[in-house]
Amino acid sequence: MTSQAQVRRLLSLVPYLREHDGAKLTDVAEAFGISVKTLRDDLNVLWMCGMPGLTPGDLIDIDMDAVETEGKIHLSNADYLPRPLRLSNDEALALMLALRTLREIAGPGRRDAIDRALVKLEAAAGGQTTRAEVSVAAGREEIQARVADGLQRGKRLDLTYDVASRAETTRRLVDPLRLFVLDGASYLDAWCYLAGDLRTFRLDRMAAVEVTDVDVDPHPDVVLKDLSGGWFASLADAPLVTLELEPWSSWVAEYYPTESVSSRPDGGLTVSLRVSDPAWLTGLVLRLGGGAKVVAPPGAGESAAEAAREALDQYAALGLTA
Amino acid sequence: MAPRKTERILNLTICLLVSGRFVPKSRIRDAVEGYHDLSDGAFERTFERDKDELRALGVPIEVGSFDPLFDDEPGYRILPSEFELPAIDLDPEEAAVVGVAARVWQHASMAESTQSALAKLRAAGIEPDTSQLADLQPSVQASEPAFEALWNAVITRTRVSFTYRDGAVRTVEPWGMTSRKGRWYVIGWDLDRKAERMFKVSRISDQPRRVSRAGAYDVPDDVDLRRLARSLAPPEPTATATLAIRTGKAPSLRRRGTLRPERGTDLRPEPVEGPSTGSVPTDATASGPNDATDSGDSVQLPAGFEVFEVGFSDVYPIAEEVCRHAADVVVLDPPELRKAVMAGLSAVGDVGEELRA
Repeated sequence: MTSQAQVRRLLSLVPYLREHDGAKLTDVAEAFGISVKTLRDDLNVLWMCGMPGLTPGDLIDIDMDAVETEGKIHLSNADYLPRPLRLSNDEALALMLALRTLREIAGPGRRDAIDRALVKLEAAAGGQTTRAEVSVAAGREEIQARVADGLQRGKRLDLTYDVASRAETTRRLVDPLRLFVLDGASYLDAWCYLAGDLRTFRLDRMAAVEVTDVDVDPHPDVVLKDLSGGWFASLADAPLVTLELEPWSSWVAEYYPTESVSSRPDGGLTVSLRVSDPAWLTGLVLRLGGGAKVVAPPGAGESAAEAAREALDQYAALGLTA
Repeated sequence: MAPRKTERILNLTICLLVSGRFVPKSRIRDAVEGYHDLSDGAFERTFERDKDELRALGVPIEVGSFDPLFDDEPGYRILPSEFELPAIDLDPEEAAVVGVAARVWQHASMAESTQSALAKLRAAGIEPDTSQLADLQPSVQASEPAFEALWNAVITRTRVSFTYRDGAVRTVEPWGMTSRKGRWYVIGWDLDRKAERMFKVSRISDQPRRVSRAGAYDVPDDVDLRRLARSLAPPEPTATATLAIRTGKAPSLRRRGTLRPERGTDLRPEPVEGPSTGSVPTDATASGPNDATDSGDSVQLPAGFEVFEVGFSDVYPIAEEVCRHAADVVVLDPPELRKAVMAGLSAVGDVGEELRA
C-alpha cells in the first residue's frame, strides 16, 4: 500500500471514528475494506498526529487500552476533522460508473433509488462526472424491467429465448435467481424447467418475457458461479482448442479469452482457447469463412467443414451460383 | 508502507487546516515534525512532493501571502469549507443501492477508488449496506494493461503518448473513456492527426507515457461520450438482402428482418415489369431446382424455409453472419452477398478437406 492511499483512508477514518464512538475493530475494518492488521497500523500512525507542536494535548487521542482489551476504538481530540474530504474526480467517477452499471439490471423501484442517489452524488461531487461511461447490452427496456421485477418479487418467468450456439428460438419456464453484468452484457441466472438445470441467459437474446403469478420454488442445492474471475474462470475445465488465425481474423485473439497467443511469420496468430460448447466452435469457424483453421484437437473443425459443404451442396441443388 | 511519511503528510494537512490563514513556509517547517531534521534542499523537495500528493487526493491547498508580516514568502492554507464533503443525505433505499457499488469494479485501483468514496460517505454518517441486493451482481472489467494510465490521464487532464497497433506513436489529449461490449475505448484530441479520435485500449501495445503536466488542456464542454460511443455501433443499413431462413433458425437475422408474405411453398416474387430484372419467372409448377437465375428471385426452396428482407450496410459483416448459419440460411439476393457467403463456405469446407487428407 502506498502512503498516499493511507493518507486518503486516514482522512476518512478520523471523522468516521468520531461519528462511531466505541466501534469494533472488526466492523471498522469491514467498513473500510481493510484487514484488522492494517487498521491497527492506521491507528498507530493516527495517534502520532495532531495539531502543530505535537505536545500530548495536541495529539489525536486513541484509547489504546480499549483497542487491546475490548477491541473497540475511542478517538478524541480531533475536532478539526469533523467531515471527510470531498470526493475526488476519480472516486466520484468510479462510484457513479458502478451505480450506472447496477442501474442496467435493477428493477423499476430500485432504478428510481439509483437515479435519486446519482443526482445527490453528482451534486456533492460537483466535478466532471461525465468523463467516462459504460454501456451494457441489456436488451430491450421492457424485457429488462420484467426480468428484474420477477427476480425482485420471486415470480416464475415464461421466457422466449434465442439459443446462440444452436441459433434457435425456444420457450421455457424459469425461476430467476440472479442478474449480473459481465464484460458489457447483462445475464440472468435461473433454474430452467426445460433443461431441469441451472442456465444462464443473456438479456439481449430474450425475445419475450412474461412474469407469471407462480412463486418460484426454493432451489437450495443450486450453487451459482463465482463471477470474480470472469468467464475465464468458469471455462477452466473446458477442453483446449488450438486455432490458426489468418491476419484478418486476429481480432478473435483479442475478443475471446485465450490461454496462449503466438505470432506466425505470415502475420497470422496461433491461439489456444477453452471451448465448453462444440457448437460454439463450429459457429465461430463458419463465421470466419476460412480465417481460422482448427489444428487441435484433431477433427474438432470437421463439423464446421461438413456444415459448409452441406450449405454449398444446397446452393448447387437450388441452382444458385456465386 | 511508510508510516513516517503518512504521519508527516497528515500533520501538514492538520497544520494548514487549523490555521485559518495563510501559513508561511518557514513556519510550516517549524510546526510539522517530519520537516525538522531535513536540510534546506531536502525540505524544499519533500514539501513540494507532499503538496503534490495532497493535491492529487483532491485536498485544496491555496497559496497566498495576505499576512503583512510574511509578504515576502508564500503562505499556504486549506479552507475547511473547500476541504469538506458537502452535506449529502441518502435515504435507506438510496444507501442500499450505493452499497452495491462496492462490488462492481473488477480492477484493483478502481475498486480501491470506489471503496474510498464509500468510506467518505460512511464517515459522513451514511451507512451503505453492502450485503443488500445479493441477487444483483453488476461488474465492470478493465483488463487492458493500458487502462489505468489512460484513466489517470483523463482524470488529471494529462497528454499521453502510446503506440497503437499499426505501430504508429500517437499523442492524445484524452477527454474521456467509454466501455462498450466490455471493451474500453479512449476518446480525445489526436495532436498528430489534429482531429477527434477514438482508440480501442486493447490495441495499445505499450504503456501510455505522460507527456505534459496535469491540467494541460481543457475538455470541450460539448463532448458527448454517448454520442461518440454510438458512432462505434454498426452503421445504419443502406441495402437489403433477401434471405431464405429455415424455420426457427438464425433468430438474430429474423428479428432484424421482415417476413415476406407466403405464397404457398413457391417463394418467387411477383413478376417485375421491364427488362431490367434479368430473368423471366417461369410457372410455379414447372420450376425445379435448376431454373434459378443469378438474382435468386425464382428459386423454389425446400419446405420449411421462410423468406426475409434484412437490411445491411457492408457485405462482409452480414456475409460472416450468414456463413455462420451454413445450410439454414440461403442468400437469394443480392448476388455479391451470395458470392461472399459461398466463398467463405468454400474456404471452410476446403480447410476441412485439407486436414482430412
